[in-house]
Amino acid sequence: MREVDRRSKYDRRVFLKGAATTVPAVAIATSTGLSVSDAWADDATTLTPATLKTLVKMARDIYPHDFLGDSYYITAVRPWDGKAAKDPAVKSLINDGVAGLDQAAKDRHKLPYAQVQWESERVALLQMIEQTPFFQKICGDLVVSLYNQKEVWPKFGYEGSSAEHGGYIKRGFADIDWLPKA
Amino acid sequence: MAKFDLNDSGVVVIVGSGAGGGTLGNELAQKGVKVVILEAGSRIEMQDFVNDEWESFTQLAWSDMRTTSGSWRVAKDFPNLPAWIVKAVGGSTTHWAGASLRFAEHEFKVKSTYGDIAGANLLDWPIALAEMEPWYAKAEDKMGVTRTNGIAGLPGNNNFKVMEAGAKKLGYKSVHTGNMAINSDPRDGRGACQQIGFCFQGCKSGAKWSTLYTEIPKGEATGNLEVRPNSMAIKIEHDASGKVTGVVYADESGAMQRQKARVVAVAGNSIESPRLLLNSASNMFPNGLANSSGQVGRNYMRHMTGSVYATFEKSVHMYRGTTMAGIIRDEAKNDPKRGFVGGYEMETLSIGVPFMAAFLNPGAWGRSFTSAMESYPRMAGMWLVGEDMPQETNRITLDPKAKDKFGMPVASVHFDDHPNDVAMRNHAYKQGAAVYEAVGATVTYPTPPYPSTHNLGTNRMSEKPRDGVVNKFGQTHDVKNLFISDGSQFTSGAACNPTLTIVSLAIRQADHIAGAMQRKEI
Repeated sequence: MREVDRRSKYDRRVFLKGAATTVPAVAIATSTGLSVSDAWADDATTLTPATLKTLVKMARDIYPHDFLGDSYYITAVRPWDGKAAKDPAVKSLINDGVAGLDQAAKDRHKLPYAQVQWESERVALLQMIEQTPFFQKICGDLVVSLYNQKEVWPKFGYEGSSAEHGGYIKRGFADIDWLPKA
Repeated sequence: MAKFDLNDSGVVVIVGSGAGGGTLGNELAQKGVKVVILEAGSRIEMQDFVNDEWESFTQLAWSDMRTTSGSWRVAKDFPNLPAWIVKAVGGSTTHWAGASLRFAEHEFKVKSTYGDIAGANLLDWPIALAEMEPWYAKAEDKMGVTRTNGIAGLPGNNNFKVMEAGAKKLGYKSVHTGNMAINSDPRDGRGACQQIGFCFQGCKSGAKWSTLYTEIPKGEATGNLEVRPNSMAIKIEHDASGKVTGVVYADESGAMQRQKARVVAVAGNSIESPRLLLNSASNMFPNGLANSSGQVGRNYMRHMTGSVYATFEKSVHMYRGTTMAGIIRDEAKNDPKRGFVGGYEMETLSIGVPFMAAFLNPGAWGRSFTSAMESYPRMAGMWLVGEDMPQETNRITLDPKAKDKFGMPVASVHFDDHPNDVAMRNHAYKQGAAVYEAVGATVTYPTPPYPSTHNLGTNRMSEKPRDGVVNKFGQTHDVKNLFISDGSQFTSGAACNPTLTIVSLAIRQADHIAGAMQRKEI
C-alpha cells in the first residue's frame, strides 16, 4: 500500500512569518517552530498576549494531538485577536471567559489556567465550563480552524486535493493488501 | 442560447435546476417547449470546483438562513443548517454521490404493506413500480447508471474492499460497487471516473452525472431553454380563475422581476418548494398555493440516516476514490421481525479530515475524540440510509420572525424521529459495526446523522386531493397549471437514495406536461 508521507510540505516558520508582523528571532531560530512560550502574541492589538496564550493552552487541551507543535494551535487561535477588534461582544466573551477560567484555576490550584501543570487538571477545569457560550464558541471555531489547516492534513494521513494529481486511479485507490481473501 | 421576454406568457417557468428541474427543463426543451429555469444560485462550472471540503461548502452549499426545531440532533448541533444541499446551477446534482437505485414494489405501497403505524401518516403512492419501470429505464440510460444498459460496475476502492470483506464474512449476499451514475467507461461525451475522491464537492472530471453539464447544456442547445442564475423565486402569482400566471423573482442585482408563464413547475428541493407555495398565499389561497389539503410542508422526510466509521490496525485510506464506492443491499427488504418496518441500505462513505472533525461527534472534545481523529488513515466508513416514517408534524413552516434579505419569511424545519426510525437506526448501527468487526476493526464509531441531504415529501403525491398536494403526474390538485417536480412529491421515502426516482418522475412529467399543452388542457 502507498502510505502517506507525514512530513508537512510547508515550512511552519516561514508560513507564520507571513501572518505576523514581528516574529522574534528566537522563534526563527528554533527548529520546531513557534511554541506557546515565545513572544508571537506580542503584536496582538485587542487581546492581551496572556489571553492569547491561555487560548492556545486551552486549544491543545480541547484537541490534544501530541504530534502537533504549538504553532498549529497558535495559527488556530490567533484570529481571535482580529475578531475581538471588530466586535466588542467577542472581545468581552473571550476576556470574561478567560478571566473566569483563570479564576477557577486559581481557586483550585492557586495558578492561572495556563500554568496549571497537568493536562488532567486543566481538562477538569474545562469540563466545568463546557456548556458555557465561551467554551462552545472556542471549541466550535477550533474544530474548523485547527483541522482545516492544510499543513496538518499529512500528519493525519490525509492527502487533500487530488484532481490535479489525476485522482487516485493510478495512486493507490485500491491498493489495500491486508484483507482476508473474500 | 435562448433568451425569453419577461412578458412571454407562453413559457414554462421551472424554479430550480437540479435533478428534477434540470431534467424537466431539458426534456421539455427537446420536445419544443419554451422553458425558463430560475436558479437561485450561481453558475459554477466543473473546472471551478475545488477539492477542499470547507472551501467547496462555501462555494456550493445552500447557506441562506433557515431555522430548526424538534428532537433531532441536527437542531442542536447545526441549528441554521438543517440540510446539506446546493445553491448553484445543477442544484444538488453537483454534490450528490451518484447512487441510482430503483424503489422496490412495496415501497410504492407503504400503507398497504406496513398497515397502520401510530404517528405515521402512511399513504400508498398513486403509481406502482410497473408503471414507473419504463421511466426508470429512460433515466438509467440518460444518467449512464452502472450495472444497467450493459454499463460495467465501477472498480472497488479500499473503503469498498473493507466493507465487502466484512459483508461476506457476515453472510450478506447483495454486495457490489453499486448502481452509480458515474461513468466506469467514457459515455455521453463524458470521461471515466478518475477516482478523485471528492464526489461531494462537485466532480471535476464530469464522470458523475449532474444536470449542470448534461441536461442543461443539452437543453440550451435546442434554443428552447434559458437558465437564469442568481434568480431567487419570491412568489408565484395567479389570476382570478386560480390559474398561475407567472413567478416574481429577485434577479442578480436584487431587483424584482416578473416572468409570465403558461405553466409553473416548482423544483426547489423539499424545504424551499413548500416555502415558495406558502409564501405565495393570497386572498384566494389564504393557506398558501395548492394547499387546500393542508399538506403543503407536512410529512417532511429526511431518511433514517447515520454512519459507522471503524478503525483498523493497518491503513485503509478510505478517502481515495469514489465517495460512495459500494453497497450492501441485504437489509433493504421489509422484514418487520427486525423490529421495524421498511429497510435500509449500507453504502460506503468517506469524508476528509476537516469534515470528519466536524461530523464524527459534533461538540466532542478531549482525548477520546483526538484518538479517533488520529486513526483517520486506518478508518473505513459507511453511510446508513433507510426509509423513515412520514409524520404530519415533521414539517416545513414559515418562520414567524426570521426573514431573508428580500423580506420573505425563511423556512423553519421541524423534525422528530419516529420510533420506527430509531429502531431501524439502532439495528443499522449494530450491523454496520458487525461488518467491520468481522474483518478486525479495533473500534467502531456510530456517527449521528449529518444535516439532511435527502429532503423529501413536503408536497406529497396522492390519489385523493384531500390527502396530498399533487396527483400522479406532480400536478397540483388545486391548480392545474402548477406542478411540483422535485423530491417533495414523494408520498413515502423508500430505503434507497432518491435521485433516480426524481429524474424518472421528471422525464414522465415532461411527457405529461407537453401532451397537456398540446391538447390545450393547460
